This record gives sequence, C-alpha cells and structure tokens, in this order.
Amino acid sequence: MAIDEVVSILLLLAGAVFFFAGTLGLLRFPDIYTRLHALTKADNVGLGLMVAGLALQAESAAAVGKLMVIWLLVLLAGGSVAHLVAAAARRRGIVPWKR
Amino acid sequence: MTFFLFFALVGIGLFTLGLYAVIVHPHLLRKILAVNVMGSGVFLLLVALAKRSDSVDPVPHAMVITGIVVAISATALAVILMLRVKGETGRVKLPETPQE
Amino acid sequence: MTLLPLIFDGVLGFTLLWLAWQLLGSPDLFRAIVLFIAFGLLMALIWVRLDAPDVALAEAAIGAGLTGALLLAALARLGPPSETASLDNQGDRASVAEGGGLPFRRWLVALHLVLACGLGYAVMSLPSAAPGLSDAVANSLALSGVSNPVTAVLLNFRAYDTLLEMGVLLLALLAVWSLGSTPDAPPDDQPVGGVLALLARLLTPLLLLVAGYLLWVGGRAPGGAFQAGSVLGAAGVLLVLAGWRLGRRFAQLPLRIMLVAGLVLFMAVGLFVMLVGGDFLTYPHASAGGLILLIEAAATLSIGMILAALFLGIRPDSRADQ
Repeated sequence: MAIDEVVSILLLLAGAVFFFAGTLGLLRFPDIYTRLHALTKADNVGLGLMVAGLALQAESAAAVGKLMVIWLLVLLAGGSVAHLVAAAARRRGIVPWKR
Repeated sequence: MTFFLFFALVGIGLFTLGLYAVIVHPHLLRKILAVNVMGSGVFLLLVALAKRSDSVDPVPHAMVITGIVVAISATALAVILMLRVKGETGRVKLPETPQE
Repeated sequence: MTLLPLIFDGVLGFTLLWLAWQLLGSPDLFRAIVLFIAFGLLMALIWVRLDAPDVALAEAAIGAGLTGALLLAALARLGPPSETASLDNQGDRASVAEGGGLPFRRWLVALHLVLACGLGYAVMSLPSAAPGLSDAVANSLALSGVSNPVTAVLLNFRAYDTLLEMGVLLLALLAVWSLGSTPDAPPDDQPVGGVLALLARLLTPLLLLVAGYLLWVGGRAPGGAFQAGSVLGAAGVLLVLAGWRLGRRFAQLPLRIMLVAGLVLFMAVGLFVMLVGGDFLTYPHASAGGLILLIEAAATLSIGMILAALFLGIRPDSRADQ
C-alpha cells in the first residue's frame, strides 16, 4: 500500500472521528448555542479532513478543485446558518446555558 | 434478495405509511407532508424497478424528474389552499366528525 | 467487500422508513418538516445508489431544498408554532380518545398491511430482468441530438410530457396567484440580518453559474432544464428570503414573458418543425441538438421563475402596490 493511500485513510478516519464528536455534541450538549458550536466546528473540520483525504485519491487537479469548492461552500453556508440560528434564538430570549 | 428489490419494497412501505397518515391526521399541513411521502414511495418504486437489468432504463428516470417538479407545484397549490382555508374558517384541520 | 454496499443500502432504506414514520407521527409540525428535509436528502443518496444521478440532482434541489423551504414558510404563515403544535397535540389526543376512533384505526392498519403485502407480492413476482425501454432508447439515442439518455427521453422521445408539464407548472402558478391574496397576508417584515443578505449576495452569482453549467452539460451528462431550473428557483428563494423583491417595472409584463417563455418557445419549436414538414415535436436530426438546447434554455428560465414565484405565493405586482 502506497504511503499516500495510508495518509488518505488516516485523514478520512480522523474526519469520521470529528463528525462523530460533532454528532455526539449535538445530541448531548445542554442548550442550542453549545449544540451549534459542536455541530459547526466539528463538522467543518471533519469535512475538511475528509476533503483532504479524498483529494489525495483524486484523479485530476480539477477534481481536487471541485472538492475544495465544496468544502468552502459548506464552510460558508454552515457558518452563516449557525449565526442565523443563534441570532434567532437570542431574539426569542433563549438564555445561554450556565452550569 | 437483490438490492433494487429491497428499495422497491421500501417504496411500497413509504407509500403505505403516507396513505395511512393522509387518512388519520386531521391537520392539513401533515396531510400535505403525507402526500409528499406517498409520492416519494412511488418514485422509489419506479426507479428501483428501472434498475432490474444491467442497462438502466432511462424512461422511468425522466418520468420521476417530471414527477418531482409536478409534486412541488402541487405542494405549493395545496399550501395556498390550506392558507385560504385558514383565512376563511380560522382552522387548519378537517373536522373529525361530519358536520350537520 | 460485497457486504459493505449491502449494509450501506440497508441502513439507507431503513433510515428512510424510520424518518417517514417519525415525520408523519411527530406532534410538532416544525420537527416534522425538518425531518422531511432530511428525508429528501436521504432520497437523493438513494437515487445515486440506484444509478439515477439526474433524479438525484432534481431531488436534492427540489425535494430537499425547495419543498422544505415552502413548507417552513407555510408553517410560519399559519401562526406561532407553539400554538399550532399544542392545537395539533390536542386534536390527535382527542381523535384517539374518541369512542369510534380506536377500532377504526385497527381496521385501517389491517387494511394497509394487506395493501402493503399485496403490492410487495406483486413487485416480488415481477420478472427479475426486464430491460424495459432501455434498448429502444439506446438504439435511437444517436438520432436524438443529445447523448444523455434521460435528456433525450425528456426533450425528444417524450417531449409531449415535458411540454404538458410546463403547462402544469403554469397552471399551478395561476391557481396560486388567484388564491394567494389571503386576508391575513404574511407579516414577513422581520428584520433581515446582514449575514443572510451577504450570503445571498455571495451565493446568487454562484447559483446562476451552476444553473448555466447544469443546462449546458445536460446534453451529455446528468443535468438539464429541470435541474438547472430548480437551482435557479433556489437562487430566487434565497433572494426572496433576504428581502429582495422584483421592482415594479419588472413585475408586470417582463415577469410574465419570462414565466411563459418556456412553454411558448416549446410550442413554437413544435409547430415550426410541423411547418418544415415533420410531425409535432419531431425535430429534424441535424438540428435536434440545437433545438433541444434552445428549448431547455427557455424552460430553465421559466421553471426557475415559476418555482420562485410559487414560493413567494403572492402576485409580485400586488405586493408592489402596497
């Protein structure tokens, strides 16, 4: 097995771990703000790792470019939507969780 | 059991679930959701059966694409009708018992 | 390694059924609609598994995106969500508690089980290998002017369906416009955040680019008028959400010309080939590719505008008068 395949598999696995952590946070964190935090942060990094892992296996530079565009779009949409959800929650008067 | 048959059976399951929900739930928005689920079941059945041989049959695919677009226009019409019912009668549910 | 796709398909299928069960049964309508959006995304994955990338593109844009946005907007117009949710709860409890309710439901469940078993038996007893019309399509694909079989079926072999479907879309929009001015028009004066406006400004040119790409590539790869039109419609919905409206100057005649352009051009091409000497909508082989692209371009514009207008739900010019 070539070295880039090993690195690719490791990156994909690391991405999966981040997705798992993000989902765990979404399910287990106490309020909407912390859940959003877990979801967007972990999933953005997880997707970045996945994209990096897949880019190593890509056939052409164009495919790598498309993967990068997908990641950037998800970053943009994810960040904006998280902001909108949090802003809507604040407008409704949901108080951030304190232990 | 090959996997296209499995998806065809899932399609039948969705259709039946949707039909049950259309009959049982009095809320109009949930009826709209249920009809959409029924439609998805029919689409799934069509496309799954198109994959029965090695050369995938493109005709059901075209039918389903048309169907998806028609489904959203029908959904938009149903939503407007529901809002109109709400505006006229003030309620978004069908009465449980037939009114005198 | 043959086990892995099997597990993946099983998880997909059962998750889909579970999602349908949850979304049809959950007492909270908002939750039901969000689950419906997830349902649409899973459907798109299943289309890819079933070798139907054209359908997957349409489903991801329409089934998951536009329908979800439409239903969420409808829920917002119905009133405060907490109120509708509690009303819904009461109604469900009342209908179960009602005297005749429970036996009726038992019979209903039994009937549906019989129906599902009958349909399942019918599907299982179908011949396991049936090429359907795939050979016929493959044989005449060279004459159709495009090399993507789905586009060939949609715009050449069964162009009648697509023509009539454009008519269906227009009819739905007419009905929505006629009924749309409800007495309690949506308040929809919420302050739009700067982030949403920025997102709309960034994404709209990109969505236009994607729509153009899907339209152009549709002749030889997954894509085409419906997918491009739904991406265009999504761009329109995003703009509407960000508070943008058509100017009064464009809301009258120019808008209507755009809305009917797809249908009118389709029929014009159909009649034109009759004049040249063929039958209705049977393109001459030499110019078929160009004619299809022309029809698709107009259809993309019209579908996009119609979908955005269906989402808005009210005649744009009636809004401009206020």
